[in-house]
Amino acid sequence: MSNPDLISRRQRWMAILARAERPLIEARLATVDPLPSHRRLRGPETGLVMVQGRAGGNGAPFNLGEMTVTRCTVHNEHGLTGHAYIAGRDAPKAELAAALDAALQDPDAGPRLERTVIDPLADALAAADDRLRAEAEATRVDFFTLATMRS
Amino acid sequence: MAYVAVKGGERAIDAAHDWLARERRGDPAIPALGIRQVEEQLGRAVDRVMAEGSCHDTGLAALAIKQAQGDLIEAAFLLRAYRTTLPRFASSLPVETAAMVIRRRISAIYKDLPGGQVLGPTYDYTHRLLDFSLAAERLDETEMRPPARPTDTGRRAMPRVMDLLDREGLMGAEQPGDAAPADLTREPLSFPAGRDVRLQALARGDEGFLLALGYSTQRGYGNTHPFVGEIRVGAVAVEIVPPELGFAIEIGRIDLTECEMVNQFGGSKTEPAQFTRGYGLCFGHAERKAMGMALVDRSMRASEFGEDVTAPAQDIEFVLSHSDNIEATGFVEHLKLPHYVDFQSELETIRRMRRTAGEDAAPEGEAP
Repeated sequence: MSNPDLISRRQRWMAILARAERPLIEARLATVDPLPSHRRLRGPETGLVMVQGRAGGNGAPFNLGEMTVTRCTVHNEHGLTGHAYIAGRDAPKAELAAALDAALQDPDAGPRLERTVIDPLADALAAADDRLRAEAEATRVDFFTLATMRS
Repeated sequence: MAYVAVKGGERAIDAAHDWLARERRGDPAIPALGIRQVEEQLGRAVDRVMAEGSCHDTGLAALAIKQAQGDLIEAAFLLRAYRTTLPRFASSLPVETAAMVIRRRISAIYKDLPGGQVLGPTYDYTHRLLDFSLAAERLDETEMRPPARPTDTGRRAMPRVMDLLDREGLMGAEQPGDAAPADLTREPLSFPAGRDVRLQALARGDEGFLLALGYSTQRGYGNTHPFVGEIRVGAVAVEIVPPELGFAIEIGRIDLTECEMVNQFGGSKTEPAQFTRGYGLCFGHAERKAMGMALVDRSMRASEFGEDVTAPAQDIEFVLSHSDNIEATGFVEHLKLPHYVDFQSELETIRRMRRTAGEDAAPEGEAP
């Protein structure tokens, strides 16, 4: 559980599952064997996270405002516990993400699930970011100053 | 509260609310507005309601806007009321705006800066002419130009403009630190208020109020000689450290607008002349709000820089006591509620005063 490699892998898939739309996750899951069955230990339940910023972007923290978040904890039939905290109020997505977090930690089946479900989602999210960067790039502007304007 | 409870009127109130529901729906021959339509097509209204409602959830904000018939302060009120029904799971780590996925990033002080000027989806440089093609009944998707194809997707570094000035020692540094900030939603406002409390209050403050106060500083009521060092709009990751995990996880991304103002400061006996900062940060795409916030943040730092506090925007207690439109609307609008008993006592008092004045002027007879 506490090995650094597993922690960084979990951080990656949790971030991807938090950002990917539920239909996209479900579409990937439709291509693989059903996930191990699970029971809910907590939730899914919706609450708030207070978002902090920093004064000047890099100074002391301040409270910017809250956001909704839905969390879920499950225990699957192989004895693995999965957690999820997902921005928004999509309870089925939080449960799905928790079930996936549990299944992905399985030393045998996990890596394959990571390749077939998580990696394609990561690619789709990266492609969406690329599209956004390209749109931003198209609006890059070179201003030129008129040196004589005020002389 | 200066009114007493009244009883009765339930039937009239029910009928009034029924009528409100019909009025909200409007002409049944016109299709009803969907929440997703509001979310997708009235994004700036959604952003404003999230910021002033102090709760980031586009779907809830869109619902509130529909329910309030587009009255954005009423919508923010609905969102604030809803958030009180939810438990708080955690506080996030401070968001890293330097790592923002940029949609827009401009600087008014450096023409050529690392990462460049990116206009993004902006109303700047539009001619403010009504576009009647949007009023056409037919859908207009076919007429929009498609987005740019991802050819140049190289990740350009977008360092903060303030860091460029910082490196030269020309910019007053922010006080670093990781102390847990004060929280207005947990402890009531008290004075003197630290910068953390001030920034939280401004972030949820009324956009119109901040705009007007910021404008007042430009017109000479506590001028701070501002320049827009940088405005950036885009998505940042929000991370929390759940105790059951013990490591940081990303729970999703939210859109933020950040504004850093560069302001004049002459220096003092102990410090050389340098620029000072005003900071604005808010939910969604809300440049006017972030700019107003940055102007007022800088103005409220007057005593920190040894400036005289003479103008409204520099008066911390004045600004923070009046920036919240939910509190303001509550106190102003409560005047509509029954004040019959209070007013009765006012009537008695003024009649008595007039009677006394009449007796003094004409001791023989009582005034009518």
